[in-house]
This record gives sequence, structure tokens and C-alpha cells, in this order.
Amino acid sequence: MSKESTAILDDYKYGFYTDIEADSVPKGLSEEVIRIISAKKNEPEWMLEWRLQAYRWWLKQQPPRWAHLEYPPIDFQDICYYSAPKAGADSPEAQAELMATFERLGVPLHERDRMAGVAVDAVFDSVSVATTHREMLAEKGIIFCSISEAIIEHPELVKKYLGTVVPYTDNYYASLNSAVFTDGSFCYIPKGVRCPVDLSTYFRINALDTGQFERTLIVAEDEAYVSYLEGCTAPSRDRNQLHAAVVELIALDRAEIKYATVQNWYAGDKEGKGGIYNFVTKRGHCRGTHSKISWTQVEAGSAITWKYPSVIMEGDHSVGEFYSVAVTTNKMQADTGTKMIHVGNNTKSTIVSKGISAGQSINSYRGMVQVLPDAKNCRNYSNCDSMLIGGECSANTFPYIESENSSAIIEHEATTSRVSEDQIFYLKSRGLSEEDAISMVVNGFAREVFKQLPLEFSVEAVRLLEMKLEGSIG
Amino acid sequence: MSAAETYFEIKNLQAETEGIPILKGVDLTIRQGETHALMGPNGSGKSTLANVIMGHPAYDVTEGEIWFRGENLLELDPEERARLGVFLAFQYPVAIPGVSVAKFLKSAYDATHGDEKVKSAAFLKELRENIKYLEVDDSFINRYLNDGFSGGEKKRMEILQMLTLKPKFAVMDETDSGLDIDALKVVSKGVNKLTGPDFGLLVITHYERILRYIQPDHLHILIDGKIVHSGGPELVKRLEESGYDWVREEFGQEVLVS
Ligand SMILES: Nc1ncnc2c1ncn2[C@@H]1O[C@H](COP(=O)(O)OP(=O)(O)O)[C@@H](O)[C@H]1O
Ligand SMILES: [Mg+2]
Repeated sequence: MSKESTAILDDYKYGFYTDIEADSVPKGLSEEVIRIISAKKNEPEWMLEWRLQAYRWWLKQQPPRWAHLEYPPIDFQDICYYSAPKAGADSPEAQAELMATFERLGVPLHERDRMAGVAVDAVFDSVSVATTHREMLAEKGIIFCSISEAIIEHPELVKKYLGTVVPYTDNYYASLNSAVFTDGSFCYIPKGVRCPVDLSTYFRINALDTGQFERTLIVAEDEAYVSYLEGCTAPSRDRNQLHAAVVELIALDRAEIKYATVQNWYAGDKEGKGGIYNFVTKRGHCRGTHSKISWTQVEAGSAITWKYPSVIMEGDHSVGEFYSVAVTTNKMQADTGTKMIHVGNNTKSTIVSKGISAGQSINSYRGMVQVLPDAKNCRNYSNCDSMLIGGECSANTFPYIESENSSAIIEHEATTSRVSEDQIFYLKSRGLSEEDAISMVVNGFAREVFKQLPLEFSVEAVRLLEMKLEGSIG
Repeated sequence: MSAAETYFEIKNLQAETEGIPILKGVDLTIRQGETHALMGPNGSGKSTLANVIMGHPAYDVTEGEIWFRGENLLELDPEERARLGVFLAFQYPVAIPGVSVAKFLKSAYDATHGDEKVKSAAFLKELRENIKYLEVDDSFINRYLNDGFSGGEKKRMEILQMLTLKPKFAVMDETDSGLDIDALKVVSKGVNKLTGPDFGLLVITHYERILRYIQPDHLHILIDGKIVHSGGPELVKRLEESGYDWVREEFGQEVLVS
């Protein structure tokens, strides 16, 4: 790799740090810390109770080790669980600083230059700092606010749905999240309403040694529709930071939720130092008949990614989809995929996974398709392709199929290919530079997934991929 | 370009791959406006010559020079050669899944015609005309590049690219192989649209039948990495009339000896 291209690879342009006074809770985890967090957020008693139950359950668990990942044990007492910028009404200066930070990240929050067609909730470390387009959404009865606000303003809705898709007993990191989650977004689309704009949350980790434990809950009532986008970045640091989010989606009769993520957390340097540990539980529940949940993810960052956005298709005729592009470079590790659980009759799922590995990275797809005994006429189609760039990286595919009903039709295809010298030569012989040639081959490979993203997001995803892979051949 | 400069010239070219010599001293001069044919048995090094002209990284040039309009091609990357107007119609074009023919051709056009900014609409219009000219289905432009193309479709795709990119010098590596007579006529029609006083062309083939449609000014015979025989229209005529067998008889021995 040339000097120049290495420099480009190291140039993570979201790696800056915002120097802002923060209100933090001392490092470490205990019931006391959870009580402080809950009190800072003025939470009702039931919420604190739920957190404590989650915490007590978590204490009894061991961290999972089954993923195809390698990392040293995490010291949970060395993490800060709450850090909030001192901003808002009492500190207009700090508020301006925060607005400027998001502006620099390409997420304008001022009403005057907010993005057309997208409502944004911006989360900085542990708190939501601004949510745009609220009045317009409120007119339609749509609620889009931070989860902290929802707990206070809409307790009946939160109580009814929180933890019903991902209970705090679900897994180690989900229960940790349930105990200490700080912020995240809440979206509620009432019956029969199509959300007229894309809803979007932008997560930013800023403070050192702070974990981000966001919690997102999206509920689409009968015949409702919403498209939700999630973006994330963090400063470049040589210490690892933990991000353990939980996202729950609930779709009732004929409702549709589309959830798209472009994940570009700091991935560490090329020696593998620093970067975010991205351990996330994302699950959708097609609770109603003919409902549909679709996950689209572009995973381009984090030192370690460990996530399986899943769909439980309980309503008859419901549909689950998973479209994923996971790019790993340098020493990054990704173990990602999905679980499609067919509970209702005539449920249908589609999995399209494209893994791209370069450098010395490890990129694993892990997916499960499960058809329960009473689920008749279910279908699944899976396509998992891996592309290797250079000779030092690796790709794995772990597909698990558990079909307990003989009427199910399950198709699985998988390929592994290498960006070949001949492909690059062919494109170069037509005048394309090496960089453009690689990006063309890779974008072609990931096209089926990019096509699922809203236009602005797909342009951003293509650029992100190009930036990630620059200089990774030859 | 000064009058003294030759359009395209190869001097004593020697090339190898993985330490095995394949080209063993090729000399070839093509003047502006000329079409040359290169014939030779399988394995004689024809594709290697084409690939070395374009700069394929699998081959090491150990000796010799390749000049095009005053530029030493061996000092340039493949993309720089393409931007000078050098084009290779591949014997075995590779597939690029997920990349549409239209998107690919627009990128290639912009890369090779950097100074002129052509609008997408105008570009597509011309592309559609070329497609019609080559009697290819219009759906072609939305298909993925060479992905699932039949042998004949791939060959037409190469010619479509050549027509669209308008190179100044082209090498066609067995574009005629595997084509039926109708397809061969269409391909030749496309090639003849480009040939003219501002163009140079090297047609690699091992069938004499294409010579009827693309009339070369010169013909060379490559055997075991060397041009063993060259001639003008009379040689073309002889090959066209009596086929290729006498070449094997006359030079076949040498192949065995070396
Ligand atoms: N990339 C390569 N690696 C190894 N051997 C090669 C390679 N390219 C060509 N050769 C060898 O060089 C010789 C000439 O091949 P080629 O140029 O393809 O001949 P032609 O096009 O005339 O049929 C053959 O023996 C072939 O096996
Ligand atoms: Mg050949």
C-alpha cells in the first residue's frame, strides 16, 4: 500500500472531539449508579424498577463468547455510564457548540437549514440534544422524540411496548442496556398514518470512556408506515469504547417499518488500536397480519461489530427482510447477520447479505432461518455473498436452518469471490483509475442492498464504501 | 504528431509470464489509417501481445518498446494508455455484476474524454444509436456488464464499447471467434464504421474468413512468439483463397523445433 493511500485510510473525517463541559456519573456500575441515572432523567418509579430488575439479572450472566470474534474481556467498572453535555437553556454557548458539532457531521439541526424530507433526533453521548420537524409530525399524531422524553410524556405507550420484543433477559448486552440505557429515539405512528418524512436519529459518542447504550422503540399501528434512518460516528481514540444498543420495532396489522442504518463508528487505526465495540440487539416483531419489517444496514465502521437485526413474523402473511453490506478493512472484525423466525402462516422472509473484506480483517455472516411447527407455507430466500480484496483477509458464512414444518420452502445461495486482477485490468483498460475500478466492482457487488436505501443515504453509503476501500488493493 | 513519427510501433518486444518467455522479439509498425491482421495458431502468443500492448500486470516485458504517437506505452498504466486512445477488444471479456452497461460506458467515456463534458442525455442517445447499428437489443444498456452474456453478446459488447469510446488505435483479439456469419457481418459493420484515416487497427484472428469483411492492408503471421511472415494485399488474398493450411505446412516444423 502506498504512503498516500494509507494516509487516506487513516483519515476518519468524523474523528474530531468536541470540548464541552459534561455532567458525568463516576465510572463503574452499581445499583447506585442506576438510581442516579434514573433520577437525573426524572424517571417514574416503574422505570427504575425495570432497570434494577435488568441489572440483577445481568449480574448473574456471563458475557457471550460464541461469535467469531476476538477481543480482551471488557472491564465494566472502567466505563462511564452517563455523560451529558451541559447545554440547553442554562448554557446557550454549549448549545451552540453542540449544534456546530452536528453541523460538522453533516446533520444540520437548526430549523432554518434542516434537511427537507427528514426529521432528525440527534443524540450526543447519553442525551438527545434536538429533534426537528416536531410540530408537523404532531399534527398527524406521530410522536417522534427521545426515549427519555417519551417515558415522561407517553408512559402508557412506553410501558405497553418497551421490552416486549427484546426482554431484558434476552442476552447479556441487551440486559446491560436495559439497566443503564440513557437515550435513543421513540417513534409512534398511529393507525392509518403514513409518515410523510423519513425519521432519523444520529448518534454521536464524544466523551472518553463513555459507553453509549441507546434504546430505540418504534411502533407502527394498523396500516401505518414509517421509514427510519440511523447514522453514527465517534472520535478517533486509541482506547476501545463500548456501544450496546437495543432497538425494538413493532408492526401491527398491515403496518410497515423500514429501518436503515449506516454505521460508521470509529474502527481503530490500521494496527487495530482503538475503535468501537458495537454489540447491538435489533429485533422487529411483525405482530399483525400482513405486516412488514425490513432492515437495511451498511456496516462500515467499529473495531468489532456483533449484531443480528432479526424479525419475528408472528402475524399471518407477514414479511421480514434483511439487506446488509458489511465492509471490514485493516484489523476490523464483524460477525453479523440476521434471524428470521417464522411463527405465522404464509410468512415470507428475504435475506441478502454482502460481505466485503480487505486488509487483515475477518468478516462473518451468521444467519438463522427458523420455521416453527405450526407455521404453514413459509418461504425464505437467502443470498449471502462474500468478496475478498487482497490475500490476508477472511470471510465466513454460518447459515443455520431449523425448519419444523415440511411445507416450508427455504432457498439458500452463497458465493465467495475475489476482486480479480482481470476485472480491475478490464476496467482500467477502459480508462478508469485503479480506485474507481475497485469502487465500481465493489458497488456493483453491493448494489442489491444499496438499492433498498433512500436516495441520499445510498449516495452516502457509496461514498463511505469508496473511502473505506481506498488504497486497499495492490 | 510530426510527420516523421510513426503512428504505432513495436520494436523487438519480448515478454514473459511467471518466468516463461512468450513473446520472443516482435516487430510491428502500423501507420495511421492502416488495418493490419495478425494470424497464428492457438498458443502462439497473440493474446499475450494484445495484453502487453494494453499493459496487463501479469506479463513482464523483458526487452523492447511500444510507441504510440510519440509516447512510450510501456511507461504508462493501462488507464493512461486508454486515455491516449488505445483500446483492446478482449478475447475473453470479464463480467462485472451489478454494474449496468450504461453506467460503465458513461464512466469509461468520461475517463477517456476528460476534457469534454458530455451530458447524460446526449450520451444515451448516441449509445442507443450504436446499439441499433450493431443490431443489439435495447435492453442491453440496463443489463450488468457481461454478466450472463452469451459468447456472441460479449463480442458485440466489446464492439459497442469501441464505437462508443472512439479510440484512435484498437486491437481486436479474436472478436470473430465463435460468431456465426450474420454476427460476423454485424461486428464487421461496426468496425468499418470506425476505420478511416484517423484510426489504426490490429485484428487478431485465426480464421481467414474475417479478412473478407475487414480488409487489412497488411497481414502478419505469429508463431511461437515471433512474427515469421508478413505481407501486403497479395498475402491477404492468398490466405483468403487457399486458407490457412499452407502456413502450418510451411512453418509448422519450426514450431516443433523451438
Ligand atoms: N497469464 C498467463 N499465465 C501463464 N501462462 C500464460 C499466460 N498467458 C499466456 N500464457 C501462455 O502463453 C502462451 C501463449 O498464450 P496466448 O497469448 O493466450 O496465445 P494465443 O492468444 O495466440 O492463443 C500459451 O502457452 C499460454 O498457455
Ligand atoms: Mg488468444
